[in-house]
Amino acid sequence: MSEKGLAQKVRETQVWKSIFRHGPPDNARNRASVVAGNVFLHLHPIKLKKSGVQLGYTWCMGGLTFFIFLALTVTGLLLMFYYRPTAEYAYNDIIALKEHVPLGIMREIHRWGAHAMVITVWLHMFRVFMTGSYKPPREFNWGIGVILLVLTLLLSFTGYLLPWDQLAIWAITVGSNMAKATPFMGHGGPGAALAQIGDFVMVSDKNDVRFQLLAGRFVGEPALLRFYILHCVFIPLVVGVLIAIHFWRVRKDGGISAPL
Amino acid sequence: MRELINWLAEPIRSFPIFTFLFFMMMRYYKVVGTKKFGYWGLAISIPVVAWFCADPNFLAIILWPDNIPINIIIIMLTFLTWLSLYKCAENDKRIEAGECPIEALPENREKVWAWPNLVYTELFVIIATTIFLVVWAIIFKAPLEEPANVTWAPNPAKAPWYFLGLQEMLVYFDPWMAGVVLPGVIVVGLIAIPFIDTNPKGNGYYTFAERPLAITSFLFGWLVLWIYLIIVGTFLRGPNWTFYGPFEYWDFHKVVADYNVNLSEYVWIKILNVPMPKNLVLREIFGIIGTVAYLTVLPFLSLKTKIGKELYAKSGTIRYYIFVFLFIIMMSLPIKMVLRWLINLKYIVALPEWELNL
Repeated sequence: MSEKGLAQKVRETQVWKSIFRHGPPDNARNRASVVAGNVFLHLHPIKLKKSGVQLGYTWCMGGLTFFIFLALTVTGLLLMFYYRPTAEYAYNDIIALKEHVPLGIMREIHRWGAHAMVITVWLHMFRVFMTGSYKPPREFNWGIGVILLVLTLLLSFTGYLLPWDQLAIWAITVGSNMAKATPFMGHGGPGAALAQIGDFVMVSDKNDVRFQLLAGRFVGEPALLRFYILHCVFIPLVVGVLIAIHFWRVRKDGGISAPL
Repeated sequence: MRELINWLAEPIRSFPIFTFLFFMMMRYYKVVGTKKFGYWGLAISIPVVAWFCADPNFLAIILWPDNIPINIIIIMLTFLTWLSLYKCAENDKRIEAGECPIEALPENREKVWAWPNLVYTELFVIIATTIFLVVWAIIFKAPLEEPANVTWAPNPAKAPWYFLGLQEMLVYFDPWMAGVVLPGVIVVGLIAIPFIDTNPKGNGYYTFAERPLAITSFLFGWLVLWIYLIIVGTFLRGPNWTFYGPFEYWDFHKVVADYNVNLSEYVWIKILNVPMPKNLVLREIFGIIGTVAYLTVLPFLSLKTKIGKELYAKSGTIRYYIFVFLFIIMMSLPIKMVLRWLINLKYIVALPEWELNL
């Protein structure tokens, strides 16, 4: 132990070397390897312009959004162990989560994290606009970003129903009542009355877009299941794919924007 | 004093005030975007906020757990708007003097290693955010009300805060506009921005002087319409979606005179003094003509202005028309708000028979 420190010894074990194939990142070669050779870190370029690493320029809102998305995935998975999406159990499961799980703040982190993600997505878009980063060659990626923003809101909206309390069903009732008014596709919207052949009503409260969203004419148990699947599986999958495209295109379009 | 603020906060007064302040901010962004202004703003706002918080009604609404995020976004947005204007002002002064923007200086163009420069920053931000979220989660419990009950609706029934801008629009528009068409136009309009804005300048650095129209119209929609309406919807709307001042107790029995008149009733009954025609289209003909004219004549009229001519020459027919179309759709909201306040106008086109009210 005299010449070499403990850290140095650990680095020389076969186990360590099997995980990290490069030496400590204190020279150019190893700094390149540490980023390029790690599946998580390789999202980054090996070198980038200094303006792109300054917090004053990027506000770090995009990266933060991704981190919160991951935190929400983990806390959401933990919550799924305790939660059953049925009218009979949903509310009681949340109560049980509150009263029987020691030191339980997962639901709190999940809920406040969801709000935080909406905030960081909005501020990310604000920053990208202010630095003109949507301009060529990044037009397509801006569009992907807008869709990700809409999906973030939908994720938050579908999650709002799951506690199955008064706040949940009435917020979703207010929100989904708007779908009723969709032109031509909602039974309370303009144009729906035109879709009628004799006595046969084509757009009614039994088949319009609100019915498709809620799987019923009001916010009931089928809506709970539908929102649960959308919230836990469907939208996160779509978001995951779009995030991959978004990050890929950030790299392919020349990295974080900088003066041409 | 509190009475005065309650009175000023009503949208009929606070919206013009907010709009005026916004345009002053854009006009004098070089004054706003200085450190001196930032420090003075901070020094003044802390005692003002403290004084606001001394009121129990105000404190109750901002400390309601689901409203914490909107407080956070207001604070962050105030700082970040100032920060971006500060950076714009710095760069614009340099550009005026014939120098390059700060982001284009050789030392900032220099390439640095992602490890440690970027990775350590990210690690710091991740740790800070984690601590922040954990502390937030410990202090504020996630709300859980009584079990869902389809037979009893709470009053007010509010959507989550990020949708309250849309819910607030319901005061001025029917659901098919406020809940479907306008959000759709916002999303499509946002995606269209890079294809409409052909100005190659200001790509990758903060500047206002090189793209004043783009920044002003975006920030008008973002701060004055979207964020302002969310603030109104969150803090100033109580039972029955009635207006309540920031220091006002949410009294369920507050009575508000709400008597709104359609444009067709104005024209036929009040001005022409004849009964309303039976034919629906004839009845609403003035509103229909007005709406069609708004959407088709304005783009051509705008071509007569100096800004319009310049923009048309730069961007071409299709881009120009899409820009003006999106812009006048956005402006239809403040126009409708002002008409409501000035003449109690309910609908410009009122065809409840076809569920088509504008």
